[in-house]
Amino acid sequence: MHCVCVLPSGSSEPRRQDRVTVDNNNMGLLSDPNRRRALLGLLTRLNAPICVVCYMAGVAWFMGLAFEPFTLRTYMSENAMGSTMVEERFPAGERALATGREFAAHKKKTGGMPVDWLVRTMQARGLEVFTQSFSRTLPFPDENKERYMVKGTNVYGILRAPRAPRTEALVLSAPCSPGDENNQAVGLLLGLAQYFRNQIFLAKDVIFLVNEHDLIGMQAWLEGYHHTNTTGMDWSPLQGRGGSIQAALSLELSSDIITSLDLVLEGLNGQLPNLDLANLFYAFCQKIGVLCTIQGKLQRNDWDSVSGYSHAVQTMMLMVMKQASGRPWGDHGLFLRYHIEAATIKGINSFRQYKTDATTIGRLLEGMYRKLNNLLERLHQSYFFYLMPSLSHFVSIGYYMPAFGLLAVILLLRALDLWVQLMTPPPRTEDGVIDIEQSSPGVLSVLTPLVISHLTGVALYMLPVRFQEMAVEHFPVSETEAVVLTAIAVYTAGLALPHNTHRLLAGEGDGAGLAGAEAGRGALPGRAVGLHRPHQLLPGLHPGSHPGARGRLRHTSRPKGFVGFHLGHPQPGLHAPLFRVFLPRATGNARQLPGWLGALPFRHLAGHPGPRAVRLSGLPTDRPVGLSLLAALLEHPLLEVDASQAGL
Amino acid sequence: MEMLTLLCLFSTYLLASSINIEENAGQFFSSGHTNNWAVLVCTSRFWFNYRHVANTLSVYRSVKRLGIPDSHIVLMLADDMACNHRNPKPATVFSHKNMELNVYGDDVEVDYRGYEVTVENFLRVLTGRLPPSTPRSKRLLSDDRSNILIYLTGHGGNGFLKFQDSEEISNVELADAFEQMWQKRRYNELLFIIDTCQGASMYERFYSPNLMALASSQVGEDSLSHQPDLAIGVHLMDRYTFYLLEFLEDIHPASKTNMNDLFKVCPKSHCVSTPGHRTDLFLRDPGSVLVTDFFGSVRKVELTMETINLTGHIKQWEESTSLRTGRARGIVA
Repeated sequence: MHCVCVLPSGSSEPRRQDRVTVDNNNMGLLSDPNRRRALLGLLTRLNAPICVVCYMAGVAWFMGLAFEPFTLRTYMSENAMGSTMVEERFPAGERALATGREFAAHKKKTGGMPVDWLVRTMQARGLEVFTQSFSRTLPFPDENKERYMVKGTNVYGILRAPRAPRTEALVLSAPCSPGDENNQAVGLLLGLAQYFRNQIFLAKDVIFLVNEHDLIGMQAWLEGYHHTNTTGMDWSPLQGRGGSIQAALSLELSSDIITSLDLVLEGLNGQLPNLDLANLFYAFCQKIGVLCTIQGKLQRNDWDSVSGYSHAVQTMMLMVMKQASGRPWGDHGLFLRYHIEAATIKGINSFRQYKTDATTIGRLLEGMYRKLNNLLERLHQSYFFYLMPSLSHFVSIGYYMPAFGLLAVILLLRALDLWVQLMTPPPRTEDGVIDIEQSSPGVLSVLTPLVISHLTGVALYMLPVRFQEMAVEHFPVSETEAVVLTAIAVYTAGLALPHNTHRLLAGEGDGAGLAGAEAGRGALPGRAVGLHRPHQLLPGLHPGSHPGARGRLRHTSRPKGFVGFHLGHPQPGLHAPLFRVFLPRATGNARQLPGWLGALPFRHLAGHPGPRAVRLSGLPTDRPVGLSLLAALLEHPLLEVDASQAGL
Repeated sequence: MEMLTLLCLFSTYLLASSINIEENAGQFFSSGHTNNWAVLVCTSRFWFNYRHVANTLSVYRSVKRLGIPDSHIVLMLADDMACNHRNPKPATVFSHKNMELNVYGDDVEVDYRGYEVTVENFLRVLTGRLPPSTPRSKRLLSDDRSNILIYLTGHGGNGFLKFQDSEEISNVELADAFEQMWQKRRYNELLFIIDTCQGASMYERFYSPNLMALASSQVGEDSLSHQPDLAIGVHLMDRYTFYLLEFLEDIHPASKTNMNDLFKVCPKSHCVSTPGHRTDLFLRDPGSVLVTDFFGSVRKVELTMETINLTGHIKQWEESTSLRTGRARGIVA
């Protein structure tokens, strides 16, 4: 039994006009052709204003984030850390400073890290002491000492928790810097080690680390601790270990009297520790009464005044820029990669009336470590992505990402606009003939940009380092400068590409040229760059039949199927073909193109250099303009077909 | 002549005291219970929930002091605070700051510890559905003449109590467990005290007779902690139990304080939250219920040299009991 479709009498097929006027109410916005046309028209007409509005909205949103009513106050998210209700009883600030002075004396005597003295001192305080030696070959020589090899030793002591299993650890580190820096930090570290040794409330091991050569030593220690080797450094394996590290603090104190403490959060690649660490620091600052800053700026109360607001904006933008630079701004920055929340606390001695002594700083650290000791799992309750216009307010990623989203929408709108322009069928020509015959673009049209982009990428990746030595030999530059200049040269050569493409397409006979090659010639010998003309791609295509060739219509006498790459200056007779490719002739039969290709806007120009139907913004004609390669390729009619030559 | 007056005085005195004896004898049968049990549960773990363990241990201490022996107490503690690595005073749990009162003491007997404190184990203890291998110390071996005190503390919400950070018991489950207990005649009267946030929601669903309930806060309110100890670094007690402990410290086995005084513990000025109670399912008047009926194990002793006829009292009591159970059956059926 099958169904029989009974049509109403008198209508054997739906009427032509019914096809267009469908039921609009049930269709979606984009599936209804009328509405879609209206939307697309809106998009193309208002594209530039919408883009401008989006841009300004994005910038305004971002700037508005620093305005205090739009930010949130910081609060402790981790239940285990609770509030600051501990009693800090660290007494030995003066003794810590004396230890620091002793450390300075020994450092001067040994000219580097006083390993033996440190080992003895830590052992006297009851820690399990171990050392690690490391060495690293630098890619560029050290500016001060003109050497490539850096050698050093890290010294660390583990304070075991008296009753707990050795499953978790906390780290307190101070860098051993040459000269007079950071002596007080090491002294305070040793003082705290002695104090913690007498406490029984420790549930995690505390590792006291003194690292040499700042980041290099810290990286060597971390790699040794976690048994990874990402930088290719040489380090001796660690003899003593303490379980997985839950949190770490790095201390930088260079003077006996401190007026404020600065918190540094930004780490490698702009990574930040969990906001709870900053909240903990701020909570203790408030409890003990120490002046605390972030980005070196003290928090102000007048957020509704212009200067107060600009202060907050400056703090926030400093944080953004520090994150953007990608380098770690303290020794803590390397811990973050191992998912260890870490921050650096710097003691600053500026000219203020209120001075803090070492005992108070010791108490602040004691309080922080007591609270970190209470942690049951890694810090994860608070935000990982945030910006801080001041130490007591923060902006989370959910609030600052929409600003970037608005900027990204502009790219989307522009792309949609170009797409719509490509899609729009041209109006009928005067004689009412609609071109429908097309032939498909060859593989070359896609392959060529692909090859060029890859070649450029390879050049950027390999050449700067490869030609470092040669550049230093021949040019009066240093190694670092040579790398940077080579990269700039590659970019400049890339900028010249569209210009030369256009010169090629302008049809200057056989010799298409690479005009800007001199810029890169010195540093880039032997690079092959070029583009072929569209009529060489598509057999049978009229060579002058594209917008740029207006007024220069001519035919070539090239045999069909011959495709050539030519390099050299666009002067006939001077061309030196360095690279020639022969490709098999594409079948000349007219093939039906997919529907959307038939809607390309340039068909009507085949043989009719009349007014263009679609305005192409910014297309260069004769003057070399630094268009990006992609835009050039999009707007150049590489896919143009010549209807009159179809069928060949 | 003096002898006569003396005799008259003596006879009046005897009469008065005999009336007294009669009353006291009557009082023997007023509550109807013969033994006391206590089930004390702390449901939260982790160091920062120190106060919940301290709450439970302070009620344990009071209950033991007033006479209930360890064999009649089921103590469930979800974590070990006294021996936690973070405790700067190991082997102690303090309820008052400055270490005034160590509720851990010397002879704490914990029946369910650590991960054994689960919803399933709690309900099995209440209903008696334990595997035969369970030791006696882990069982609630109550009968139909037992007065049971049940004390719960931890983190809770509207209609639930969180056990061990991973599961919850709902008020419906609790009400059904009590109904099972009633049908199996596992209690005579039951006092339910809960000290959590929104604790009043936990007794909303009770429907079995002879239940009296107290909670530290109403639905929508949080129960707050009392005081931190800076040397230990945590909050030591919750407010409601702190004031309950202070109230119980004044109770001795012979005291006649009744439930109405217990309802007044921790007014809003002290507790910040509003404690609540529920007595509609309880068949006696709360004013006649002694605190020691639930918190202590009191043996009623009266010394007399008289003979007292107890049949009248027994009959009276039986009538009242059957009336109660009959009424109860009416409610249940």
